[in-house]
Amino acid sequence: MNSRSLQTTIIFLVIGGILALAFGGFFGPASRQFSSAFVEIQTWISSRFLGVQDFFTAPRDIVSLRTRNAELEAQVSQLQVQVIELQQRVNDTEILAALVDFSRSNPESTYKAAAVIGYDPSPFLHYIIINRGSNDDIRRGMPVVTNQGLVGRVDAVIADAARVQLITDPASAVNVYLQNADTTAVSFGSVTGDVSLDMISQDAIVQRGDLVLTSGLGGGYPSDLIIGQVVALRKLEFELFQQATIQPAVDFTDLAIVLVITNFRPVDISPLEPLPSP
Amino acid sequence: MRNIIAFPLLALAVILQSSIVSQIKLLSGYADLMLIILAAWALQKRVKSAWHWTVLGCVMLGFISRMPWPVIVIGYLTVVFVAQTLQKRVWQAPLLAMFSVTLIGTLFMHGLSFIVLRILETPFSFGEVMGSVTLPSLLLNMFFSIPVYAFMRDLARWVYPSEEYE
Repeated sequence: MNSRSLQTTIIFLVIGGILALAFGGFFGPASRQFSSAFVEIQTWISSRFLGVQDFFTAPRDIVSLRTRNAELEAQVSQLQVQVIELQQRVNDTEILAALVDFSRSNPESTYKAAAVIGYDPSPFLHYIIINRGSNDDIRRGMPVVTNQGLVGRVDAVIADAARVQLITDPASAVNVYLQNADTTAVSFGSVTGDVSLDMISQDAIVQRGDLVLTSGLGGGYPSDLIIGQVVALRKLEFELFQQATIQPAVDFTDLAIVLVITNFRPVDISPLEPLPSP
Repeated sequence: MRNIIAFPLLALAVILQSSIVSQIKLLSGYADLMLIILAAWALQKRVKSAWHWTVLGCVMLGFISRMPWPVIVIGYLTVVFVAQTLQKRVWQAPLLAMFSVTLIGTLFMHGLSFIVLRILETPFSFGEVMGSVTLPSLLLNMFFSIPVYAFMRDLARWVYPSEEYE
């Protein structure tokens, strides 16, 4: 073995011994100091490198991210529109399904569905405009309902639209029947949209929650259409009739689709009404 | 010639009034878009077609409303008359004039509607109408009058471009 190979062997043995001692934990404090210094240097270099790398690559990333962000925003907008459309279809389907159930449960009448497209411009009047008219065989006086109950009746008709007077209109008067009390009355609308009952006999025993239906008297509406429930009663001994406030069954603030009863023709009984004596 | 814009604009106003504005309720009242538009148009100094617009608006509104047409015609013509009178007197404060016309016009229209409907035997209580319909409607009309006035002022500049704005 020449002197050079002996020197190499000694160096390897010394380094190997040092490593063995280090792995054996004999250089603990020195090893920790060395490793911590190494880590700090590594961290410093790495952070500076990342900073330089960001400096050169960040603008490209921002542009690509902005592009991607715009694409995703556009996609989100499209999806939101789709969600709204689908939600609208679900709502329409639910309403139509309820109306179909109603028409099936009342087979004696024929119905024509119509969408509510507007309201009377005057706050004094409670009328809606529907998208069915004389082209769809809609005629003046036909009752309008939903699956919840009576809405009103057709007041005026043009070719493709009709105006419907709601039962909440101040000029509306409907002959009704109080089912539990077995008595008749007249419902009136008001400018605030409240519906009240008048002309209830003083002898009738009316209670809160009593169901109010159309009586069919007068020929203006078919009988047994639900109007609402009694929520308050006013009975004064010195008055001729009792009065009541009713909660309409129909939510008039959320009318979207209604049914027109097309096989009902109102009867004009005005020629039969007695004239006031002079 | 640009006055033809009145046809689509007033038709759009009637559609918006019927479908959207009448749904923005405060108690039982809502804004009268046609009244505000006609008042704002009549208050523009350069406008010379306020009466034509008013008649057109009355025809369009009378077509869909159940309100007796004399109420609509007399009401809106009076509003325009008041607007033109005020425009000559308080021309230096257009917004003040707009608020005044809106106030007077709303009260007049509602008063006229109330009287005519009462004559037609519609049961109304004055207190109920005033508290639930007229005052809320007045507030909403005032609220909408500012943007509508700004829009109609710009529209007047477009319809009558020859006159420079002072």
